[in-house]
Amino acid sequence: MSIIYMLIPLGLVLVGIGLWAFFWAVGAGQFDDLDSPGWTVLSDDERPPASPARDEKEES
Amino acid sequence: MTPAGPACFHCGEPIPSGTVIRARLLGREESVCCHGCKAVAEFIAGAGLDDYYRYRDASAARADNAPRPDRWSAYDHPELVERLSRPEPDGARSITVLLEGLRCAACSWLADKALRQRDGLLDVSVNPATARARLVWDPTKVRLGDLLRVLERVGLRPHPLAGEPAEQFSILERRQALKRLAVAGFGMMQAMMFAVPLYIGESSGMEADIRELLRLVSMLISVPVALYAGWPFYVGAWRAVRARSISMDVPVSLGIALAFFASVYNALQGRGEVYFDSVTMFVFFLSLGRYVEMIARHRAGSVADALARLAPVTARRVRGGAVEDVQAIELAVGDEFLVRTGEVFAADGTVLEGDGRVDESMLTGESTAQTKDAGASVHAGTQNLGAPLRVRVAAVAGDTVLSGIVALLERAQAERPRLAKAADRAAAWFLGRILLGAAVVFAIWWFVDPSRAFSATLAVLVVTCPCALSLATPAAIAAATAELARRGVLVARSDALEALAKANHVLWDKTGTLTQGLIRVEEIRPLAQLGEDECLRLAVALERMSEHPIARAFLVSGRHDMTATDIDVVPGQGLEGTAGQRRFRIGSPGYAMGLKGTVATPSWLEGESWVCLGDASGLLAAFRLTDQLRPEAGECVARLARLGLPSEIASGDEEAAVGSIAERSGITRYAARLRPEAKLARLQELQAGGAVVIAVGDGINDAPLLRGADVAIAMGRGSALAHTSADLILIRDSLDELPDTVELARRTQRVVRQNLGWSIVYNLAALPLAAFGLVPPWLAAIGMSLSSVLVVLNAMRLSRTPRNASGRNWTLSHHAEAPLG
Repeated sequence: MSIIYMLIPLGLVLVGIGLWAFFWAVGAGQFDDLDSPGWTVLSDDERPPASPARDEKEES
Repeated sequence: MTPAGPACFHCGEPIPSGTVIRARLLGREESVCCHGCKAVAEFIAGAGLDDYYRYRDASAARADNAPRPDRWSAYDHPELVERLSRPEPDGARSITVLLEGLRCAACSWLADKALRQRDGLLDVSVNPATARARLVWDPTKVRLGDLLRVLERVGLRPHPLAGEPAEQFSILERRQALKRLAVAGFGMMQAMMFAVPLYIGESSGMEADIRELLRLVSMLISVPVALYAGWPFYVGAWRAVRARSISMDVPVSLGIALAFFASVYNALQGRGEVYFDSVTMFVFFLSLGRYVEMIARHRAGSVADALARLAPVTARRVRGGAVEDVQAIELAVGDEFLVRTGEVFAADGTVLEGDGRVDESMLTGESTAQTKDAGASVHAGTQNLGAPLRVRVAAVAGDTVLSGIVALLERAQAERPRLAKAADRAAAWFLGRILLGAAVVFAIWWFVDPSRAFSATLAVLVVTCPCALSLATPAAIAAATAELARRGVLVARSDALEALAKANHVLWDKTGTLTQGLIRVEEIRPLAQLGEDECLRLAVALERMSEHPIARAFLVSGRHDMTATDIDVVPGQGLEGTAGQRRFRIGSPGYAMGLKGTVATPSWLEGESWVCLGDASGLLAAFRLTDQLRPEAGECVARLARLGLPSEIASGDEEAAVGSIAERSGITRYAARLRPEAKLARLQELQAGGAVVIAVGDGINDAPLLRGADVAIAMGRGSALAHTSADLILIRDSLDELPDTVELARRTQRVVRQNLGWSIVYNLAALPLAAFGLVPPWLAAIGMSLSSVLVVLNAMRLSRTPRNASGRNWTLSHHAEAPLG
């Protein structure tokens, strides 16, 4: 059973690393906005954008 | 005219029957409710952004009828923009903009894509959680005004925020809470992992040194949980104690501290029982509840946001005969500034010149505009509907009437009165009993066996640790809050659910709650040979030239295929113009008769809100304008009545308008022409009679009513200021969810009672056993944990409700996905 004298501290170190990583991510703003990054993949869709200027003329 | 029918493709509001407006979107046509929505939808599709309609999960805000490019002209001036914005590297500028109408992630995608189509925009980041966008642009390539116009054209009204962004605070608060939650979560998992072998070892034997190690390691893990993650509870408890009151934080802190320090004591002594698993789990679940509540509070918006939406950032200052655009905060008392038609006053002041009409509904609730000429006082946040006014500043910034209201609300929000006290009284009662019990046990053991007095007292305190008791309410409320959020009901103050379950009366403000808050042409009475359609066409042609809110009613109702010329606006009366070589007047009956030369009008035109069209031969038609009843209002009122909640209307509007709405929504009791103070008085009268009152409102003038009510409910599209004083916000801007919410609140109360009952039974059963020293410590710990888990699981039942998909939602998604034509 003496192996747990090594495994427990090792586990604690891993928990520490996990927490540190989480703190870093929070501090870097990774959790500030959980919704819109999912949409950024759509921003890569390259579609020929119509010029808004043309629309303005059409309406007036 | 009956409401209902299909919903607008863009904003989801029902299209009034008789209105046929089709938006052309990439080869197919969709029905929309008004020309504002048509313009926005066509712009979005035309810019290749129609994916927005496929992915959005909330319908958009109703578009303002005509995007008015001149609204943003102040932001075209480089000097002013320089003062408003912040410098970025390479000569770029950045500004934070609050986006009104930003509802979901799809909206932020839309804003992002639409802006990026502009040259000169360097970076944009949109945060849907705070409804803010940060724009970075190159001032040599694009003007800020142009970027703001793009945002308005996709239906998101921008409000530039001057100076440093105010959302920093809420982001920091959120980050801090997340960190604490993570520490508690990690700690809980670890502590439980070590608790299991300890429990097993207790019954099947374990080497003493390994047992010692596990206990010390659990202690090590629990230290940051108890001290760091639990810190907000101690701070809250300390604040309550210093204020000589008892909040829920007090028993919670005492529970954590007692269990933790008893465990530390025992762990260091090497005997007795440790409760680290319970301590960490307790902290984690409580932190989770607080976190959910905080997110809801942030989403409900801050008072500062509301102010930013109401008062303009810029003003037109007159100095030495020249007009210059300045920041509103640069205005000083004694300065003169100019407010054009349709603009909002940036400061309180006295009119020097001009004959204006001012919409003060946000302050007074009166829907008709007030006439203001030289000498009259005007207030920041109100809107000038008439001729341009020159105003001398009397009060700025923090001294305006508007700021006074805002400050009042901010204080009320911070104080959290009402039912919070009831919950805290219960907590104090339990706490008192537990401490008393512990003291009695200690005293008795002192006489029986002084050496065991301390350990037995500790056992009593730990066993009766108000864990389950303190979790009982927060766990249920967190589950209910999450469930309501899924249904589009935002719970801004969690104690509101308790009050909602007990409520037995509903007080409605009419405009914007029972009705859509949108004036439409209800009835057309032709008075001469011209037909209804022709009259409406003429009216639209004339009203197109007007800034007045009444003009909207015509614009959404009729076709725009004629233009009037030679427009002459008479503030407070109406307007005159030439259409098809004839001269017409539209406005009040007396004014419309003016072209004929007489002022005698039929008597039936008095009293109700009639707008008349006339020419040289006399009156041609009369239009009755009313605010439309929400299609779901009648059913909502009926369902609430079945739940034992009779409805009553307290409105600031005209008697006739209120009466008609009351009759059609099935409400028998109503009062009209009430000022905000009178509404509050009526509310207090009801409360004095023992009623627990729900107030539903949407305007700024409802803020006092909402603040005084036991439960305040605001509509999603109501004013931002109403949101800040509301307990619940109906995000989808539909009344459908209101009865369901009341039912869920009642179920929540039932679950809370079950939880409390279970905890009390458990504690009562365990207490005597612990007091006599009969409970084996491991059994006490397991029992304590299990009772907490049971409470949490019971609460989770609330979020597993089958959702009644309402017909309206189905219509919306159907519209969003299936092309109609």
